[in-house]
Amino acid sequence: MTASARQTVLNRVRSATGSLDPNVVAVSYAALPRDYVRRGAMPREACLERMIERLREYDAEVVETTPPQLAAEIARQLEASNKRIFVAPAGLPVGWLVPGYDWRMDNDLSISEIEGAEGVVTAAFCAVADSGTIVLHHSPTEGRRVLSLLPDWHLCILRASQVVETLPEYFDRCPHPPTLATYISGPSATADIEMTRIKGVHGPRFLHVILVHD
Amino acid sequence: MSLDGPNRVILDPRFAPPFPQAALPVLRNPQLRKNVAHAIDVIQTKRGKLVAEKTDWQALRTAASAIRSHTLENLGFYLEQFEEHCTAAGGVVHWATDAAEARQIVLDLLREEKATEVIKIKNMTSAEIQLNPFLEANGIGVIETDLAEIILQLGEEEPSHIVVPALHVNRSQVREIFARRMGLKNLSDDPKELTNAARTYLRQKFLTIPTAIGGANSLIAESGAVAVVESEGNGRMCLTLPRTLITLAGIEKVIPRFQDLEVMLQMLARSATGERMNPYTSLWTGTTSGDGPQRFHVVLLDNGRSAILRKPRQRQTLKCIRCAACMNACPVYRQTGGHAYGSVYPGPIGAILTPQLMNMEHAQSLPFASSLCGACYEVCPVKINIPEVLLELRSQVVNQERKQAGRIFDPMYIGLLVAHFLFANAGRFHAAQWLGRIGARLFTRKDGWMHSLPSVGAKWTQTRDLRGLPSQNFHEWWSQRDIRRKKETK
Repeated sequence: MTASARQTVLNRVRSATGSLDPNVVAVSYAALPRDYVRRGAMPREACLERMIERLREYDAEVVETTPPQLAAEIARQLEASNKRIFVAPAGLPVGWLVPGYDWRMDNDLSISEIEGAEGVVTAAFCAVADSGTIVLHHSPTEGRRVLSLLPDWHLCILRASQVVETLPEYFDRCPHPPTLATYISGPSATADIEMTRIKGVHGPRFLHVILVHD
Repeated sequence: MSLDGPNRVILDPRFAPPFPQAALPVLRNPQLRKNVAHAIDVIQTKRGKLVAEKTDWQALRTAASAIRSHTLENLGFYLEQFEEHCTAAGGVVHWATDAAEARQIVLDLLREEKATEVIKIKNMTSAEIQLNPFLEANGIGVIETDLAEIILQLGEEEPSHIVVPALHVNRSQVREIFARRMGLKNLSDDPKELTNAARTYLRQKFLTIPTAIGGANSLIAESGAVAVVESEGNGRMCLTLPRTLITLAGIEKVIPRFQDLEVMLQMLARSATGERMNPYTSLWTGTTSGDGPQRFHVVLLDNGRSAILRKPRQRQTLKCIRCAACMNACPVYRQTGGHAYGSVYPGPIGAILTPQLMNMEHAQSLPFASSLCGACYEVCPVKINIPEVLLELRSQVVNQERKQAGRIFDPMYIGLLVAHFLFANAGRFHAAQWLGRIGARLFTRKDGWMHSLPSVGAKWTQTRDLRGLPSQNFHEWWSQRDIRRKKETK
């Protein structure tokens, strides 16, 4: 039944639209109008400020630091969180695992082990200043998708060189479509009850970002 | 809050009453109208602000419209490409010609999984095929995980909007529903507390139920990936925790390339919720070892879409990305809310989509549920000319009705034929005006108004008066102007 349904649908679609020569399709695709803004025009400093401003609008906490100060800043953030148990992606730089906490490295952690953690520390792939979006492609430093989802507190380490101004600039940074990706624009939120914005439904309720000026 | 008896909300176009009749309960319910107007005002204000700050908004609209049109013109090509890449990445692609086939495919997959319960991401396509009642009737418990959908499911309410489906329910009504169904006697009506109650209610379900059903905002042909946008994180839970994921999507959801998301994502959140970007967007490709569901199925649904594709002027209906900007902008929706449309797709897009999905056999009153003001077209991020499609469907409905009734001597139809004949020629038009003036004199009272007309004319005078025709029309007055002037100057 499925094979015939496939044929039925495709036949109906094809008879409605006519010929489908791949070369013709490619030419027509290449000619699509794309007159929107691809590259931002902001100076670097203003772009980073925009990123910080947008994150703060989402109630995310943002601090800035330099590479030599990064470990100390991570320590400060963990200290201020009042939490002890953290999960970390398997590839997180060893220097970021500041001592004095219960670190659970994600070497195939079970769901209940991740659920049992109070926070998570990850890197990022990119960030878009225009919309305050953090992009994860779930590499070994960014972790599996579930890792940055279950813990209530997420600390994301973002390098200034990873911040772009516009969304199309992020796509320019992808040589191939990613297999997995999550775009985070502020902590989990809902406005389903009388359009009142409530922070923290199912994803992490607290998003902290350390912006490293590299 | 649920309306029973004659006012029961029916969102099945096959059984719903015509729009004017279905709109009455809402028009008579001030609380409901207040809830709807409040929600729409909030979204519209936010949207207006964020669209205004986007200097390239019109260029983005043009690009988004072109991408969607191009995809539809080459839909077969892109569907096969999506299928090939999704399959290569470990996904299983199923095809369904209609709602019944899609429901059966989902049920069979759930039975293979020995599922007794399933968690769900809000998904318009599943509402369209009425999946929930079908699964429940077959012994599978369905748990909606979007906050608004939980409110509707637990309150046994029907959705009235495609993005904020519970916008017609206010906080005290939500409190009552949650208190009753979750057994939380001391719950307050603070939205924060209500949201927390939903979080607690769902957490265990996310962690323990191994099968999920979701939809798709985009199917990416070039890579076989699927994209879902959301706000709450319930989507991410359903997309990563279960063992098995079933994605149900209309065949029109495909886009050619990953990079096309740079346009679609910029349009969607601004248009839908008035945000620069929705809090969470998830993208996955087939199955990934060690991350997320290890069994992934996509059900591609036709259900009337290929028939819409066949009609060049109506094809644009399928460009829709389900942002709901048209209903938020619509002066009719604002007054009636969503239930009056008798379909899970309300508002202007529903008024054109629903009758077409029903093959013009049901919901024929919907193309008339519009003032043709064009606000929907103006806000549409993919430039669907909704008024144009409305007019096309109206003419189809009128012709259909006349044929069905065998009304060869239909007074309205003959009247319009005669009008067409008269308006096409100046001499005929003047003669008709002259005759009309004489005829109208019979019905014009001393006060210069016609208060009651016979036959078809009564439809007008039942509710309002008609001004009598003046003794001279503008054309006559103008042509006599020179003669008058000459007299005056002498």
